[in-house]
Amino acid sequence: MRPSLRRALTFWRRSIQARVVVSTLVLSTVVITAVGWYLLRQTRDGLLENRVDSVLAESATEVRDAEVALAGAGTESDESKQLRELAEPLITRGETRGYGVVLAGPVDDRRRAADGVASFTPGLDLDRSIPASLEARLATVGAPLAWTYTHVEADDSADIPSGPGIVVGAQIQLPADGRTYAVYFLYPLDEQEETLGLVTQGLLTAAVVLLLLVAGLAWLVTRQVVTPVRLARRVAERLAAGRLQERLRVTGEDDLARLATSFNQMASNLQRQIRQLEELSRVQRRFVSDVSHELRTPLTTVRMAGDVLHDARGRFDPGTARAAELLQTELDRFETLLADLLEISRFDAGAAVLDVEELDLGDIVRRVVESTRPLAEQRGVRVAVVDADRPCLAEGDPRRVERVVRNLLTNAIDHAEVGGRDPGVVVLLGSDENAAAVAVRDYGVGLEPGESAMVFNRFWRSDPARARTSGGTGLGLSIALEDTHLHGGWLQAWGRPRRGAQFRLTLPRHAGGSLRRSPLPLEPADAESRHADEVLR
Amino acid sequence: MSEPSSDLATHGRVLVVDDDAALAEMLSIVLRQEGFDSRTVARGDDALEAFRGYKPDVVLLDLMLPGRDGIDVCKEIRGESGVPIVMLTAKGDTVDVVVGLESGADDYVVKPFKPKELIARIRARVRRHDGPEVEQQESLTIGEVHIDVDGHVVTRGVEPIALTPLEFDLLVCLARKPWQVFTREMLLEQVWGYRHAADTRLVNVHVQRLRSKVERDAEHPEVVVTVRGVGYKAGRA
Repeated sequence: MRPSLRRALTFWRRSIQARVVVSTLVLSTVVITAVGWYLLRQTRDGLLENRVDSVLAESATEVRDAEVALAGAGTESDESKQLRELAEPLITRGETRGYGVVLAGPVDDRRRAADGVASFTPGLDLDRSIPASLEARLATVGAPLAWTYTHVEADDSADIPSGPGIVVGAQIQLPADGRTYAVYFLYPLDEQEETLGLVTQGLLTAAVVLLLLVAGLAWLVTRQVVTPVRLARRVAERLAAGRLQERLRVTGEDDLARLATSFNQMASNLQRQIRQLEELSRVQRRFVSDVSHELRTPLTTVRMAGDVLHDARGRFDPGTARAAELLQTELDRFETLLADLLEISRFDAGAAVLDVEELDLGDIVRRVVESTRPLAEQRGVRVAVVDADRPCLAEGDPRRVERVVRNLLTNAIDHAEVGGRDPGVVVLLGSDENAAAVAVRDYGVGLEPGESAMVFNRFWRSDPARARTSGGTGLGLSIALEDTHLHGGWLQAWGRPRRGAQFRLTLPRHAGGSLRRSPLPLEPADAESRHADEVLR
Repeated sequence: MSEPSSDLATHGRVLVVDDDAALAEMLSIVLRQEGFDSRTVARGDDALEAFRGYKPDVVLLDLMLPGRDGIDVCKEIRGESGVPIVMLTAKGDTVDVVVGLESGADDYVVKPFKPKELIARIRARVRRHDGPEVEQQESLTIGEVHIDVDGHVVTRGVEPIALTPLEFDLLVCLARKPWQVFTREMLLEQVWGYRHAADTRLVNVHVQRLRSKVERDAEHPEVVVTVRGVGYKAGRA
């Protein structure tokens, strides 16, 4: 499609005004054409009817006058002289009054008028001007006055113009030979034609003016309706863009004004609710911050006291020493739990912010593997990293991404089968031009059907009776999911009972970019079953 | 205010500014065990006076204080001394940390901290603060900035620039090896003395602060240059 055509089509699709104006124009044209055609027909018929009436009357008078003249002429026996005497005054009067006269006959000769013509107005083309049908109707003696429409053909020497006309035929009996002759009066319709032309022109002009008027009116009326709608659209767009203070101007009390009033009310309500939500969120954040401060200070004191006791436990009796140890480990857990809870409430309050920089997932994975080595060794699980052939670059918050990877890895180490296959945990790296991904595969108890969606729920545990080794808070994967969403990434889980599980983190290559596919499959290559479990986005 | 410990063989003197009595007392106990002399102040508006009277080697400063905000106290102390200030903050949020560091603190620990971590940081600061100086005339130049390492004097032209010891250390560290690009982790280790990567935001904030003092235009730095994706290096001499 050519661009200009596409632009025109777009304009057509987008502009109500254009559509209304064009459709009004089309409908008006149809109506005006029909009305005009009907009017013209009526005018023509009226004009012709009038003319026919007058020419018939005139012809009848002429014929009667001629018959009277013939009767008064006495007993002339030369029929050609008498014919001439009959024709001449008729032709002369015809020339002055603007019609043609043809005297033909006699009618019982069965000849065409043009052949048996006695006399006629000079310059007429008799054969074409007088229709054969009319001649036929006058062929019998005693036929009444007859008329028909014709096309008068005359050359330049004639006094009557060529063009449509009426021909009236009558019979006259010549006393000289007692035979009946036909007289034809040819009345041109040029005046009527001219009148009709004028009327047509007038009607056409009127139609064009009317159409322009209708188009202009339609344009004006739609403009009155469309302009406020366009304004409303613009204001709505600005509102949607977050400029909540934008309002429509209300003028008058018509429907559009009421639309504007309702629109403004809607905007005000929205603004108020958003303000309320913002206020709530602010209060929530404030609360989190206060709780954080209030809880942390005493915890610090307890922590330090615990440390002092722990350091001195060598001097205690075994029971008290063990108590100091338990105090220490449980304080660690309490601290982690508090930190996780605060982090979650920060996400809930929408207070979490990203410090984005360019990072290599490979570096982060190696760092996390290194830092979780003690835990892995304690569990007797070896962690293997399968590197991608190129760096896994992405833009993200290194602190958060590292936390996600650490969560996935400690989770996998925690769930890996002790003394099972080696390596017990495999970390896969992958990247393409749009995304970077890391997948953590373990060969532990795996996930029951449907559990891959639940693993990200807060405080969810696959088996409540299972021993906790790493002391996870139950919030790790929820935080990981929130961290991932903050990056616009995916965190998904795959699992099969007794075949292990795989968690895959996919991050867009550039901050704010959107993901369409991950460089790594969610279902591991060594999965025996065909179909992946539900997928969490 | 508690009386300073009478133990004379101390590693240094620590002023603790915290309104929480239990925590302050606990801090004193731990500090004494580690061989530091300490004094505690509970109100922000008493802090400056105590600082002048006590002349500590390190200040531990809580951010939320009655009387006067920790940030203001930090600015006041920084106004008259380059003494190392370690903030104690209950908020781990980036904004709070950055505001604290920008007001002049050298370092921060987030509550709840492990006592050993705090002691390690105090030691690092004290050691830096009056560590043995190199016994030779050493002077360095980056761009228009001239550094007299022994005299702890930094000048641009004839105009002296006042730097805190930490900022001074940071500048000297960069200036001694102008050919090398330092990652944030390297700077944390060499300037702050932290083995394990702490928060690299420390470096970012201190570089900003240093730039605001030594650069003609902090937006277009010529003395401390950012190497994108890696870290910082000294500008051309």
